[in-house]
Amino acid sequence: MVDTESVNGSPVTPELEKAAERADSRRGFLLALPALGFLTLFFATPLVIVAIYSFATRNRFGGTDLSGWNLDSYRRLGEPIVRDILYRSLFLAFITTVICLIFAYPFSYYLATRKESVRNIMLVFVMIPFWTNFLVRNYAWRVLLGNGGPLSQATEAVGLGETSILFTPTAVVLGLVYGYLPFMVLPLYASIERIDWRLVEASRDLYASGWTSFRKIILPLSMPGVIAGSILVFIPSLGAYVTPELLGGAKTTLLGSYIVTQFLTARNWPAGAALSMVLMIVMLITTIIYFRKDGKTL
Amino acid sequence: MAEEEIAAAVELQGLTKRFGADVTAVDSIDLRIEDGEFFALLGPSGCGKTTTLRMIAGLEFPTEGSLRIYGEEMGTLSPNKRPVNTVFQNYALFPHMTVLDNVAFGLRMQKVDKAEANKRAQEAIEMVRLGQMAKRKPNQLSGGQQQRIALARALVNRPKVLLLDEPLGALDLKLRQEMQIELKSLQREVGITFVFVTHDQEEALTLSDRIAVMHDGKFLQVASPENMYERPANRFVADFIGQTNLLEGTVEDAETVCLANGARVSVANDKAEGAKVAVSLRPERINVHALDDKPDGPSLEGVVSSVTYLGTAHSYRIAMDWMEIEVREENRPSRGHFNAGDSVLISWHSDGVWVVDN
Ligand SMILES: Nc1ncnc2c1ncn2[C@@H]1O[C@H](COP(=O)(O)OP(=O)(O)OP(=O)(O)O)[C@@H](O)[C@H]1O
Ligand SMILES: [Mg+2]
Repeated sequence: MVDTESVNGSPVTPELEKAAERADSRRGFLLALPALGFLTLFFATPLVIVAIYSFATRNRFGGTDLSGWNLDSYRRLGEPIVRDILYRSLFLAFITTVICLIFAYPFSYYLATRKESVRNIMLVFVMIPFWTNFLVRNYAWRVLLGNGGPLSQATEAVGLGETSILFTPTAVVLGLVYGYLPFMVLPLYASIERIDWRLVEASRDLYASGWTSFRKIILPLSMPGVIAGSILVFIPSLGAYVTPELLGGAKTTLLGSYIVTQFLTARNWPAGAALSMVLMIVMLITTIIYFRKDGKTL
Repeated sequence: MAEEEIAAAVELQGLTKRFGADVTAVDSIDLRIEDGEFFALLGPSGCGKTTTLRMIAGLEFPTEGSLRIYGEEMGTLSPNKRPVNTVFQNYALFPHMTVLDNVAFGLRMQKVDKAEANKRAQEAIEMVRLGQMAKRKPNQLSGGQQQRIALARALVNRPKVLLLDEPLGALDLKLRQEMQIELKSLQREVGITFVFVTHDQEEALTLSDRIAVMHDGKFLQVASPENMYERPANRFVADFIGQTNLLEGTVEDAETVCLANGARVSVANDKAEGAKVAVSLRPERINVHALDDKPDGPSLEGVVSSVTYLGTAHSYRIAMDWMEIEVREENRPSRGHFNAGDSVLISWHSDGVWVVDN
């Protein structure tokens, strides 16, 4: 006999289809719940706290009064010292990004056009620096660039005299480029590797020279990688703390160090929080621009 | 100038392409494709058709041999310097450009003035009847439309030779047949030499002026569709072009072949006495008779083992004790058909058979 009670195996009606779809999305939500919970607790909450503090007031004892809400901390960002730091950080992050791009593009292109086995080996080389602690690597750079260090010795040996670039913006940029180059290489490699080479052949067949093919086909099609890599380098460079601290010395304060100073030394938490918010908003805007343009292909 | 007129559109001499030490994709082929010809390269998968085409386009350089286009040796000239354009199998339309930019690409690369390039591109798009689609991106077009744009993108440059690599391969049957007709009339219209790769023998037969059948990197036969069908050079070609029954036997003299079952059939041939051959019998050239309806001329006896209704015809498989034969008989309402299990006689006209080397 036909079992009219059973849901499974009865004819489908629009209501039943809806119910099934809802059940499906419930299951999806349950699966996402652990990660959602974790992010809410440990990411969103501190973010809200920072936001609240940025509107608060520092009291005389270096504590924070949450009662008097105002925009004073944001106004302070217009002060020449803070503005200079902001501009300097943006500039160095920009330079770092451009240099990373210039180095990484040809390398990624080369990588993407190699045999599978060669690629994998080279990708491992790109990752090797990650196997060592970031702090340790920055100290290594200090030795490398320091007075009487290998770099200085080398320039002296070829008759260019000593170099002392440690504790200059140049050293910071060098360190940042070194630290974030892999973040540029990987998305670039991924996007170049995905390009259909038959399109390049088609353009060659249509009278484009090798260079023109690159400009008209490969470059536009690898744009998602260029943008993703640039964001991945620009954002952490802008907020970098360790590298500027160790290689930049006291003369070139950047955003990261300045924020830390506000929290730890000046004990002006609202100022530090406001600066952090600004930093975050800059990053948010860049990221949104990216996702609006080509985010699907990240 | 006089020399120009006798030069073939494409001339290959001993053209060879090896990949590494052990893959010989194209094995010393010689070929002359005449100006204005619609030439088909036909063969099974992996026989070297694409490689041959790519060498003409300059996307692959030959290992050995000579390749001339209108008398000019191509050597290792890069693809952008050759007077040929390609319609790629997957169309290879540029996804980040509009249809118009795709079609105008070749002209712009040749430094044609921008307005002029756009005008000619628009004309080419209209020629393939997609005038309203010019502003779209390729992924907003159907497969058939993309195919036509790929064609327009190549033709707009007025190449001396147009290379087409299975351009209709991805289309469904109906669209494919439409495109075949369109392609043929387009070729007549523009008068450009077409070199067309396909593994569909029917397509090759309908479209081309001449066909080269390729196998394992070599040409087995180069001939007109009719010659190819009626007088295949060997067993492979006979089997590959259309369907056929191959009856094995031995040549007795210029008029007779002794079949493997001992039956003697009279068929004109130019093979040596005693040569092992196969008699090619096309399914549609065989007649089926009831046992009591003895035909004149050669006949063989068998039993119908299966019947398939094809709409326009019935296809019979007829079992004999030494082989099975496929027969196709056109349907006429007034005539009945045979059923599985019927004993029958099959016969053929002596001009409907052809002898090939075995
Ligand atoms: N780049 C390459 N490296 C190594 N072998 C190749 C390469 N290109 C083609 N081949 C080999 O050469 C032979 C001919 O290939 P080709 O692509 O010309 O075949 P085809 O006739 O076009 O086949 P299909 O009908 O499947 O497209 C094949 O055996 C193929 O594996
Ligand atoms: Mg092919």
